[in-house]
Amino acid sequence: MSGVAEERGARAPWALTAPALMLFVGVLLIPLAMTVMLSFHDWGQYKGIEPVFILKNWYEIAADPYYAEMFWRTFRIAILTTLLTALLGAPEAYILNRMSGRWKSFFLLVILGPLLISVVARTLGWALLFGGNNGLVNKLLMSLGVMRSPIPFMFTETGMVVALAHVMMPFMVLSVWAALQRLDPQIENAAMSLGAGPVTIIRRIIMPQIMPGVLSGAIIVFSLSASAFATPAIIGGRRLKVAATLAYDEFLNTLNWPLGAAVATLLLFALVLIVVGSNALIERRYAEVFR
Amino acid sequence: MRRNGPLALIFHTIFVIIMLAPILVVCLVAFTPEGYLSLPTNGFSLRWFRAIANYPEFIHAFWVSLGLGALSSLVALLFAVPAALAIARYRFRGRDALAALFLSPLMIPHVVLGIAFLRFFTSAGLGGSFAALIIAHVIIVFPFALRLTLAAATGMDRTVEMAAVSLGAGGWTLFRRVTLPLILPGVISGWALAFIQSFDDLTMTVFLAAPGTETLPVRMFLYIQDNIDPLVTSVSACVIAITMSALILLDRFYGLDRVLAGKGDTGR
Repeated sequence: MSGVAEERGARAPWALTAPALMLFVGVLLIPLAMTVMLSFHDWGQYKGIEPVFILKNWYEIAADPYYAEMFWRTFRIAILTTLLTALLGAPEAYILNRMSGRWKSFFLLVILGPLLISVVARTLGWALLFGGNNGLVNKLLMSLGVMRSPIPFMFTETGMVVALAHVMMPFMVLSVWAALQRLDPQIENAAMSLGAGPVTIIRRIIMPQIMPGVLSGAIIVFSLSASAFATPAIIGGRRLKVAATLAYDEFLNTLNWPLGAAVATLLLFALVLIVVGSNALIERRYAEVFR
Repeated sequence: MRRNGPLALIFHTIFVIIMLAPILVVCLVAFTPEGYLSLPTNGFSLRWFRAIANYPEFIHAFWVSLGLGALSSLVALLFAVPAALAIARYRFRGRDALAALFLSPLMIPHVVLGIAFLRFFTSAGLGGSFAALIIAHVIIVFPFALRLTLAAATGMDRTVEMAAVSLGAGGWTLFRRVTLPLILPGVISGWALAFIQSFDDLTMTVFLAAPGTETLPVRMFLYIQDNIDPLVTSVSACVIAITMSALILLDRFYGLDRVLAGKGDTGR
């Protein structure tokens, strides 16, 4: 029996995964490789795409300060979004975790449910609330005489950060909440019995233990925000471009595919580097948590 | 367990209100009787829901989205179920690498995937076709289909299978009559979650869709680019209602907390 089982065992997993593997090589790895290649091709208004190997697009991105500014804006928005979600999401996860059973699962659903609701619809909501003179909050505040002109929200980085933070918040709450599940509630009681006040408990007991959760949530939020398209496109419009909306414009409006491919490739590699790098840092710093 | 203080509860209330406000506003404005964006203060009206009927682009886009979501999730499962069984049951060389590859669409920005698929399908002569959309969506929903099927296959009681084998069942019969029914809740939940992901995707699809194959999120996005009026809020309200129905289905078969809790640890 053992001989047959081993022989089957050696071949069966490959037979079962072969269709999916072929699918992924054929329509994921090859298209990605083609995109990297595309970024080295030439393009002209009249000649279209020329399959040659040149560094023109990469040189243009490196030399033109427009691209540096755009990438800096993209990462600045992603960093601010990450900070905002961490500052609000971590305390909320902590409060959620201290609720009693039924309320806990109810509010967990309320907060995590939007994760699955269309990003277009969620961003549209922000545009309805703060969109210029017609924004509902703006109209209300102006009719109450609180302010004369609408809160600047549309076409601003603040607006993008707020709307993005709303879209990404569930990821942060989820991540911190998962870290809190590993935490022993008795430690808090032990600290209290030893005379620690609430501030000390949060700073010295809770914070260090949920930090890995906050950081892994931060990585998810950062990488999703840096590559977000829908929210920056709707809130930022054509004026405030980030990497994803710029790549979209190059592909579907300017039709300079090689340049768009270079922007996308750069975004992909920058994100992979940042994510892999910070993952390694976190795992080394918090090795004992990931045992 | 210590209780939350009043300050914590105030924070919590404000947090929940901010999280829900944009979604509620969209749903409320959809019922406005006015011709412009406003809250329905003078009574509710279905006027803007009826208006969708006069806008065939939205109806067509809805059917495209529905067909695309249903089909691509089904095709993804056809590939994901065998792969999940292999990963759950065998320890073989390259197992971790394969699992990482199959989950990788979660980590590659969708804008990059959109560009890669646009380039690929255009040079394959399939640019803007429904077939191209299906294949692309199969790739992006695959991790969700795989993850839930994998969880079901890992937690499955294998003694039932062994009993079936001892009674002479084998191969296809064993799979169809024993294994599949046992992992079915995971498979159906995988399908529902995959459907939601496909139904809501904008970033990748906006690169691939052409007039005629525009999905609902793409149509909504292009519409918002021009102007925002109550019509797009009633369409959004419908989208939210459809997503909610899929969520309820998920909750029935699988438990929503399990689905969502699995979403965070994507191996990043």
